[in-house]
Amino acid sequence: MELKRKPADDTRIKVGKKSGSVMTLPLIIWLVCFVLVPLLLIGWYGITVENPDGSMSVSFENFKRFADPIYLNPLLRSAKIATITTVVCIALGYPVAYILARSTAKWTNIVMMLILMPMWINFMLRIYSWASLLEGNGIINSLLVSLGFEKQQFMYTEGVVVLGTIYNFLPFMIMPIQNVLLKLDNSLLEAAADLGASPVRRFFKITLPYSVPGIISGVAMVFVPSVTTFVISQRLGGNKVPLIGNIIESQFGMAGDWNFGSTVSLIVMAIVLAFMFAINKTDRAEVNGRGLTL
Amino acid sequence: MKTTWKSLLKVGWSFILIAAMLFALTGCSLPDEKVVRIYNWGDYIDETVINQFEEETGYTVIDSLFETNEQMYTDIVNGGGKYDVLFPSDYMIERMISEDLLAEINFENVPNYSYIDDEYKNLSYDPENKYSIPYMWGTMGILYNTTMVSEPPTSWTALFDEQYDSSIFMLNSARDSIGITLMMLGYDLNSVDEAELEEAKQALIEQSDLVLGYMVDDYKGKMIAGEAALALAWQGDAVFCISENEDLAYVIPKEGSNIFVDALCIPKNCPNKEGAEAFINFLCRPDIAAKNAYYIGYSSPSTEAREVMETLDEESAGSGSDPIAYPDITQYELYFFSSLGDKNKIYDRIWNEVLNSQQS
Repeated sequence: MELKRKPADDTRIKVGKKSGSVMTLPLIIWLVCFVLVPLLLIGWYGITVENPDGSMSVSFENFKRFADPIYLNPLLRSAKIATITTVVCIALGYPVAYILARSTAKWTNIVMMLILMPMWINFMLRIYSWASLLEGNGIINSLLVSLGFEKQQFMYTEGVVVLGTIYNFLPFMIMPIQNVLLKLDNSLLEAAADLGASPVRRFFKITLPYSVPGIISGVAMVFVPSVTTFVISQRLGGNKVPLIGNIIESQFGMAGDWNFGSTVSLIVMAIVLAFMFAINKTDRAEVNGRGLTL
Repeated sequence: MKTTWKSLLKVGWSFILIAAMLFALTGCSLPDEKVVRIYNWGDYIDETVINQFEEETGYTVIDSLFETNEQMYTDIVNGGGKYDVLFPSDYMIERMISEDLLAEINFENVPNYSYIDDEYKNLSYDPENKYSIPYMWGTMGILYNTTMVSEPPTSWTALFDEQYDSSIFMLNSARDSIGITLMMLGYDLNSVDEAELEEAKQALIEQSDLVLGYMVDDYKGKMIAGEAALALAWQGDAVFCISENEDLAYVIPKEGSNIFVDALCIPKNCPNKEGAEAFINFLCRPDIAAKNAYYIGYSSPSTEAREVMETLDEESAGSGSDPIAYPDITQYELYFFSSLGDKNKIYDRIWNEVLNSQQS
C-alpha cells in the first residue's frame, strides 16, 4: 500500500498578479509609512551628529562613544538578564506546555485560561502589582513580619528585574511549544512503544526533537523583548540596574540626544538581527539533522 | 480595464477616507483663527478652565501633552507640531529665546499680566520679560517621613547620610540630582567646572549604595506608603504627598535650592497669536489662576489668586496660606537652573556613570 501526500501547493489560494498587487497596496503603504521611513530615520540619525549651529553632518563618532563601560555594561547586563530569563522560561514553560498539549483532562482548559488571562490586563498594572507585592511594606513583607521573620529587600535589585521579565514573557514560551506539541502524531509514540522504546527514550527521541521549532520561536519571543525592555528595570529595578533599553530611553527623553539614542538603537537592532539569524540557522539544522520534516 | 477602474476607485476612496480621518484628528477642518493649540505638561491645568475659556470666548482649544522640556523643545525645533501656547520651564525659555524660537508677547492683549507679583517678573531667564508670563512656580527640597528620621533634616547632607541606608529615593534626573549635590558641596548649581562636577560625581557614586531607587513620578506613591525615610522632591509633589500622609514633611535645605518657574510662551511659528494671547490673559485672571493652582498643587505667582484660593478652601494642603506651597522665598538661597547648551552631555555622562556604579 502506498500513501501519497498531497502537495502543499494545492491548498494555496490562487491570486492573480494584478488584483494581488492592489490587495497588498494598503499593507505596502502601511509598511513604508510606519516601518521603512522610521527605520531610515533611525539610520540617518544614528550615523550623523549635530553640529553646534544645528546642522547635521555624517560621522561615526557616536559608535566610538558607545565603546565605553557606562554603555557596554548595561548592554552586557541586558544580555545576561535576557539569557537567564530565556533559560528559566524554557525550564518552567516546557513541562507546562507538554502537560497542556498531551493531557486530555478537562482542567487543562482552565490552566490555559489562567495563563492567558493576566495578559488581558494592562502590562503596567501588572508591573505595579508586583511592586505592591514586593515592597518594603508590601504584602509579602507584611506576611513575613506577621510570621515573625525579618523584612526582606526584594525591590530595586537585579533579581526583581529578572522576576519581572520571566513573569511577563513566560506565556510567550508556553504557547508556541504547546502549539507544536498539539500536532505531534500519537501514532509515532505508539509505534515507538511497540518497538520497545522506554517513555524516557520516546521523549528524547521523538517528543523533544519534534518540539524544537516551538522552543525556538519561544526563545525568539522571550529573548528579544527581555533584551530591549526598559520599563521593568525602571519600575521594579528603580533604575539601579540600568539596561540598554534605559540608555536608549534616556537619550531620547532626558538627554535629548536623538543621534546617540539612534546609534544605540542601531547597535541593539544589529545584535537582535544576528541573534535571530543564528537561531533560524539552528532551527533548520536541528530539524534537518534529525530527519524530521514539519 | 473595468476591474482596474474599480480597484483604482477603491484605492481612491480609501485615500479620501484616511485624509478625512487625519483632518478630523488634527482639527484642520477649523480655520486657524478659531483654534488655540496648547502644548502643556500632563495634568497641569484644570480641565474645567479650558471649557470655561471656550464658552466665554468661542475659541476651540486643542491640547497636546509633553513629559519633559527637552521633548517639547525637539518637537518645536523639528517643526513636528503647530502650537500657539507653550508651558516651558525657566532654563528652557532661556534656551528658546537664544535660539529665536519664541515670539514677543503683545502685553496690550494681556492686561491681566498686572496680577502677577513683581518678584516673578523680569527673572534671569527672560530679563526684560518680553517672551514669557509665569504660570506656576516651585522649589526643590527634601520630602521626609517624620516617623523614620532621627531628627528633621535641614541640609542636603541628610540624603547622603549612612544612617538612612536603603531608605532614600533620588530623582532620576541628571540636572536635579547633580544640582543639589553641587549645592551641598558649596558650589553653584549650574556649575560646568570639571573639578567641581567630578567631586559631585564621586559623592553621588558613594551615595548610590544608600539609595533605594532612582525615579521621577513613582516616588510619590512610595513615600506615601512609607517605603523610605527621605526623597529628593519637588514642592508641588510634596504638597500632594503630605495631603495623603500626615507623617510626611518638606524642607528646603539651608545650603539653598533650585527654584523653578513654568511660564506661558508663544512660539514664533504659531498660527494664532491673538488666540494665544487671549488664552494667556485668561489664565492670568485671578479666579482662573486660583482654580488651576488649587487643582495642580503647584504655587501661583499671583497674590490675588492666592487670596481667591483661601476663599475656596482654607484648610486644604496647597491652599493660599499653606507654608509649604508658599514659603517665604526671601528666607532661602534659591537659584534658577540656567541653560547649559552643549555642556548637557557632561551632565548626562556623569549621570550614566552614577547609575552604572552599582555592580550587582
